[in-house]
Amino acid sequence: MSVLTVKNLGISFGGLRAVDNFDISIENDELVGLIGPNGAGKTTIFNLLTGVYIPTDGDILINNKSTLGKKPNEIVMLGSSRTFQNIRLFKNMTVLDNIKIAYHNRMSYGLFGSIFKTKKYRLEENKAVQIASELLDVFGLDMYKNDLAKNLPYGKQRKLEIARALATNPKILLLDEPAAGMNPQETEELMETIKLLKKQFDISILLIEHDMRLVMGICERIVVIDYGKIIAKGNPEAIRTNPDVIKAYLGE
Amino acid sequence: MDKLKQLHKTLVNNKFINYTVVFFIFIILFLLINSGVINRYLSNLIIMILIMIVMATSLNIATGFLGQLHLGHAAFMGIGAYTAGIIGIALQDVIASDLLLFLVATFGAMITAGFAGFLVGTPALRLRGDYLGIMTLGFGEIVRTVITNLKSITNGAQGLSGIPRIMTFPIAFWTTVIVVTLIFLFMNSRHGRAIISIREDEIASESVGINITRYKLLGFILASMFAGVGGSMFAFKESFLAPISFNFIKSVEIFVIVVLGGMGSLSGSIIAAIVLVFLPEYLRDFNQYRYLLYSSVLIIIMLYRPQGLMGTKEINFIKIKTWIKSKYTKVFLKGSD
Repeated sequence: MSVLTVKNLGISFGGLRAVDNFDISIENDELVGLIGPNGAGKTTIFNLLTGVYIPTDGDILINNKSTLGKKPNEIVMLGSSRTFQNIRLFKNMTVLDNIKIAYHNRMSYGLFGSIFKTKKYRLEENKAVQIASELLDVFGLDMYKNDLAKNLPYGKQRKLEIARALATNPKILLLDEPAAGMNPQETEELMETIKLLKKQFDISILLIEHDMRLVMGICERIVVIDYGKIIAKGNPEAIRTNPDVIKAYLGE
Repeated sequence: MDKLKQLHKTLVNNKFINYTVVFFIFIILFLLINSGVINRYLSNLIIMILIMIVMATSLNIATGFLGQLHLGHAAFMGIGAYTAGIIGIALQDVIASDLLLFLVATFGAMITAGFAGFLVGTPALRLRGDYLGIMTLGFGEIVRTVITNLKSITNGAQGLSGIPRIMTFPIAFWTTVIVVTLIFLFMNSRHGRAIISIREDEIASESVGINITRYKLLGFILASMFAGVGGSMFAFKESFLAPISFNFIKSVEIFVIVVLGGMGSLSGSIIAAIVLVFLPEYLRDFNQYRYLLYSSVLIIIMLYRPQGLMGTKEINFIKIKTWIKSKYTKVFLKGSD
């Protein structure tokens, strides 16, 4: 079953056609890479998928439900979740609280419950702590859970952001340059983590990345865009030798 | 004996210790005021401090936790004060009990101030940072002007007089305790977390499914409602209200308390409110130098602790107790070898 279907997606900023006629369909459990030169429109596509920008034309379906006219927080409820190119954590909150915020919509106690600490409040809060700890455990962050997020080393902050995105229980995870700024060893570690979480959480992943070793190493399928248009699709081997892609990256 | 031990345990040893400390503070102050050790002037000052605590902790919701620059808090206090004052005058012969009269009036004040918060919040929260600050500032001036010109209801610039003077220390104290406790409990729930996450990063907050419009508005309305409580306390303490009491200077005074105490720390707001209300009064002996000194203190604190006295931390008597205990055990162990 297709988790994410994008049909004829396009957006114009004034006279600039940033994304044009973008089509993609991601099946359950698939790991797809989205690459392209700087300014090709990759992050714009992410912002369209997550509702930050409203598309000029086309349609986006997550789990067969259209995201058009929905706000970013409502799109999260449909089952998509993202990380950011420049890390966006809740810096002055603990690692555990960072995850617990993502559970917000899975708890249901109201204002009354928070003031009187009702049974429901205690049950849901305890459960959130338990699930959050389990999730942190998967990412090897369990021992940092009472530290402030800003005090984590860079690689761990990236991991925490992915963990937080997973906490919303998505069907598809959108990773925007997860390896940006990482050293080779951290990138290696990240590749292992991505493989692991795909297996463990049974989700599809769409990732933007410039690190070709990571893209070629873990993606099953790659989409290449340039000037907002798709110029190639296929498996890593085909992309590596595709003349259009080489032209886009290296020039003629 | 066993029962006494049990009582001691529940009061001191577990989570009730915070409430126990509050209760003891109340008893001590109450006895001091009733026996005349604290004179009328000082006890009035204490009530003023309590009002400022309510105002500062409520502003802390919008400024400290939600992270929005809000420079019109005194306007909501004014709306609450006038509502409570008018209800107080109208119902003083109907309701015999002072406490009940205060509660009814405060309830009214919360509703009008909260509604004003909703009206302002809806358009205002589309703005950010400085722009929001200027808009709230403008709103504050509008409220003051409206109160001045609504002569038939508020008696205009001459002021509203004849409000029953029913604010006693116990009423003020427990109202403050209830307000601070409510805000504290709220901030430690999922709703409070959502509000803090908006301060930390709006875009990230939205991307994990928080409805930021809703929570911004909720934070704004709650701040306004509790400002209404502060206004009601003020009305029944002063027994006379003039629009000039709720001008921009008052908003800034409250804002300074929040920043000085630490944005996002309720105990910081409490400490700063105590310090900043007492300080100018105690410096009266220095006459014209007192505002110089007062400003210098502010500048020095901001230079050395830009995050405010408490940062985002809270005072917790459980932690203080374990800290004292560990200190004593260390001394004890050192003594033994």
